[in-house]
Amino acid sequence: MTPLTPPPIDYAAVAPLLIVLGAACVSVLVEAFLPRHQRWPAQVALSVVAIVVAGVTLGVYAGDAPAQGVITLGSTMAVDMPTLFLWGTLLVLGFGSLLLIADRSVEPGGAFVASALERASAGAAPGSTTGPSGVDPEHVDRSYGAPGDAPTMQTEVFPFTLFALGGMMAFVAANDLLTMFVALEVLSLPLYLMCGLARRRRLLSQEAAVKYFLLGAFASAFFLYGVALLYGYAGSVRLSAIAEAAVGTDRSDALLFGGLALLIVGLLFKGSVGPFHTWTPDVYQGAPTPATAFMAACTKVAAFGAIARVLYVAFGSTRWEWRGVLWAVAIASMVIGAVLGLTQTDLKRMIAYSSIAHAGFLLLGTMAITQAGTSGTLFYLLAYGFTTIAVFGIISLVRTADGEATHLSQWAGLAKRSPLLAGVMTFLLLALAGIPLTSGFTAKFAVFSAALSDGMAPLVVVALVASAIAAFFYLRVVVLMYFSETPADGPTVSVPGAFTTVAITLGVVVTLLLGVAPTLVLDWAGAGGFTG
Amino acid sequence: MSPTNYLLLSGLLFTIGAVGVLVRRNAIVVFMCIELMLNAVNLSLVTFARINGTLDGQVMAFFVMVVAAAEVVVGLAIIMSIFRTRRSSSVDDANLLKY
Repeated sequence: MTPLTPPPIDYAAVAPLLIVLGAACVSVLVEAFLPRHQRWPAQVALSVVAIVVAGVTLGVYAGDAPAQGVITLGSTMAVDMPTLFLWGTLLVLGFGSLLLIADRSVEPGGAFVASALERASAGAAPGSTTGPSGVDPEHVDRSYGAPGDAPTMQTEVFPFTLFALGGMMAFVAANDLLTMFVALEVLSLPLYLMCGLARRRRLLSQEAAVKYFLLGAFASAFFLYGVALLYGYAGSVRLSAIAEAAVGTDRSDALLFGGLALLIVGLLFKGSVGPFHTWTPDVYQGAPTPATAFMAACTKVAAFGAIARVLYVAFGSTRWEWRGVLWAVAIASMVIGAVLGLTQTDLKRMIAYSSIAHAGFLLLGTMAITQAGTSGTLFYLLAYGFTTIAVFGIISLVRTADGEATHLSQWAGLAKRSPLLAGVMTFLLLALAGIPLTSGFTAKFAVFSAALSDGMAPLVVVALVASAIAAFFYLRVVVLMYFSETPADGPTVSVPGAFTTVAITLGVVVTLLLGVAPTLVLDWAGAGGFTG
Repeated sequence: MSPTNYLLLSGLLFTIGAVGVLVRRNAIVVFMCIELMLNAVNLSLVTFARINGTLDGQVMAFFVMVVAAAEVVVGLAIIMSIFRTRRSSSVDDANLLKY
């Protein structure tokens, strides 16, 4: 019997991933062993330190990383230049979303406040001999604090965030389809739970979680069937092995393209593209706003990173066969996003439809199997992620007595109440529309020019028309904020705490910088291609 | 028996599962149909492992089982929590989020 030799592991290359996943495990232990009132500071410190350390490790490694990348962990992980860029993107976007999640100043206890009912019963118990509902005071959980105390937060959201972030990092680096599937589930399962964590407006939140979960599991079953068919075709699930098998073979194309179709359905679902978008508006609207920000920014990055890698490495040689289908998908996505976005009356739903339109634009970049296409997509993901986080940060600030005011009519005349907030929101919406001097313009330019040079001129025309239509509903919000009468019982604008302020500032500054001086980041994004 | 028959069976099971997800109304039953789809994939993975003469497919089936188990935990937790507030597990009753 031959002894098994473990595959060599390049620890320096995968260190950022290991740090994030390790911190997620520690975070679970913190949740289990610390008393409730100590958890929030401990969890916030742990998560922030983990992300910063992972980012520094990544920066140090990227400084002298081999240009062609390394394939490690028994060829299941490819740490190449796009991977490093996407990891950096995920870490900074994850940091921004984490600040929004951790903020407790805008509403008492934050968006993930622990149940008010349990606090009330815990607080009432010491004064009376029996609890409010006849509960024996001995058995009341006092750790939630008295009703007069500041409410505590459900800190489970921090390990969820870290696990999801680790899953996303593994997802964009996965070099075989099985690793990609496991990473897909590691990133999805915490996200399903994060959607359902809101205690205020819990019906909406739980409905969003159920919808996201059932549709997400449905889509991952398709992904998995695609993996099985491709395994049957190539005899291996390694991306480069599929590419090799597809060249000059007499094997059945039905397995290859059936597998690709099912696989890409699962991936497009995660990226909320085109006809697979139905979950997006409901989940964006129902989930707690910080969780929506995380989901909108980071999931998009992870999904498109994986789509780009699969199409480039495994299916680059057969692109003339599948490109026609993806043309249709991209057009559907852009048209659905732009046209249905016009009819929305809820701001979070409107941003969701905007994200569907953006997914269509991103698909243009991933379909161009060229270096310019890859770097354009990477740049677009970074730019879009920061703008989105800042937009959701702003949305979480406009509130009425019973929570966030997301209906469009409630935003009327907001510029008179808070010129600063209206100004920042206007800038971000212009960035989403793709006006010059914002990151949105540079990103669209990079992606569209890559698509144009790879022979997709008709698609670029559709994309420009869709951008023009989409600009209308962004500008409608701007007009509403500046040129409408303020309703008498309109919402108030909360003063953001330090965390939210930092997250919004970060998003706005990066959106501006990437619009004014994008050269450095474009160089990073174009530093190297995918390795198989 | 030819291994192709197992592939056909797997395709059939997958289709039954997919149709079940689309037509059933109880969240638990929808979820069971998704599990049926995952198990259909397992069958085809194992069959392809036999056809290709490699063990990878069988190992992958174990990965799928572990992931499916994790998914059950999360899924039932979510369905339980909405059942507690709504007293119903029908996916048609949850209709607050639209347009």
